[in-house]
Amino acid sequence: MKYTNEEYSKYLDKKVPKSPLLKNMLFAFLIGGAICCVGQGFSDFYKTVLGLETEAVKTATSITMIFLGALFTGLNLYDDLAKYAGAGTLVPITGFANSIVSPAMEFKREGYILGLAAKMFTIAGPVLVYGISASIAVGFLYYIAMAVVGGGM
Amino acid sequence: MPERLGKQTVALGKDVSILSFSTVAGRKEGEGPLSSYFDTIMEEATWGEKSWEKAESKMQKTVVQNAVDSAGLTLGDINYIFAGDLLNQCIGSSFGLRELGIPFFGLYGACSTMAEGLSLASMLIDGGFAQKTAAVTSSHFCTAERQYRNPLEYGGQRPPTAQWTVTGAGALVLSEGGKGPYVTHITTGKIVDMGVKDANNMGGAMAPAAVSTLEAHFNDTGRSPDFYDLIVTGDLGFVGREIAAELLGNDGYDMSKNYNDCGCMIFERKKQDAHAGGSGCGCSASVLCGYIMKEMMKGTFCNVLFVATGALMSPTTLLQGDSIPSIAHAVAISANSPKS
Repeated sequence: MKYTNEEYSKYLDKKVPKSPLLKNMLFAFLIGGAICCVGQGFSDFYKTVLGLETEAVKTATSITMIFLGALFTGLNLYDDLAKYAGAGTLVPITGFANSIVSPAMEFKREGYILGLAAKMFTIAGPVLVYGISASIAVGFLYYIAMAVVGGGM
Repeated sequence: MPERLGKQTVALGKDVSILSFSTVAGRKEGEGPLSSYFDTIMEEATWGEKSWEKAESKMQKTVVQNAVDSAGLTLGDINYIFAGDLLNQCIGSSFGLRELGIPFFGLYGACSTMAEGLSLASMLIDGGFAQKTAAVTSSHFCTAERQYRNPLEYGGQRPPTAQWTVTGAGALVLSEGGKGPYVTHITTGKIVDMGVKDANNMGGAMAPAAVSTLEAHFNDTGRSPDFYDLIVTGDLGFVGREIAAELLGNDGYDMSKNYNDCGCMIFERKKQDAHAGGSGCGCSASVLCGYIMKEMMKGTFCNVLFVATGALMSPTTLLQGDSIPSIAHAVAISANSPKS
């Protein structure tokens, strides 16, 4: 074998089967869309049937979807769906619940403190860190913009 | 007397026989094409234990005990055992074998461990240091996933090059003399790193190591691929097997007739959703100690070249952006005595 690393890397790129992008995107769209429709259904239910305020509707819908994501993770079903859905199950808030509940379940054997609690945010941790950081940055920019332009913006 | 051939190979001088062998496999493996060759199939992943790690230790203990029993020996007859697995600090081996009271050498060769252990266990006998030795290794899908990748219930998508860690273990008992099959040649691999960084394409990372060791074996022994009834690599999977065969073909070694890979043999690719095939120490170990040894005993294969492959990275080196160093060790097994 007389390949250099670069030549081998090029050769490997040609040999490796690619992910079925179109199929993956279609499944992500359909299943992710279906999850969002369920969320919309709960939102409508809380608004029209229970007559909650708009802010309360948002909170109640998020709580319900997070609960369902956690429940289906606990029932060993969420990962089976995610195998087909990919980003369709990752992006909605149910995916966030899955990323916290799955390590919590798995690392419980190492104890409730250094196992479950410590490992709970191994996947979701970066989302929280950068999500909260981004919201602070955006909030700060908004504050400056408001101060400069004034309330008429 | 053993004889050194070329740079990497040794031809054993004594008759070093494989006296007995034993396997245990997980449920998914038990539903695969090699199902009937496994001695024990685990009903569920914890196998009656409190954790997957404990289950993996039990797998090693069980196969060693079964192999020793079926050789008609007792644990005290075994002079040395070589053992290893994928887990940090090789706990599958040390916890599994701690009650057996056999002089113990722990190995880490990633998925090449079966060939590494078999090499050393054979050499000890050939060098006159032991009469009876054993080699064992295991892997477990659940213990490997949580150490190398994500929690089992995490909703991730696997690319087509990803391999499935085999839940399985295999053990061999070796003896000086005996009726065979005999370990005749050992080609020890060098670490090969072609700069592949994708942990989801281990077959592609390890294929050059398998090619390097196979070419060394052919050069050192003067044999060509058609000397063997079966040449089998450990866990290159569907992607790596094709690459290895093509690279060897480019260098003038025809692998089209008798070459296969344990990772391709253990699962049905489409039906079992195995993506690029099986991997893990238990992949080559359970195929060697199950299918290959049983078929050799039946006389289907006379000469087999077993080449277990290993990817020697860790989760830390992957996160730090390092490439994957790989290795492959070859062991030639024959129904004919090397003295004949």
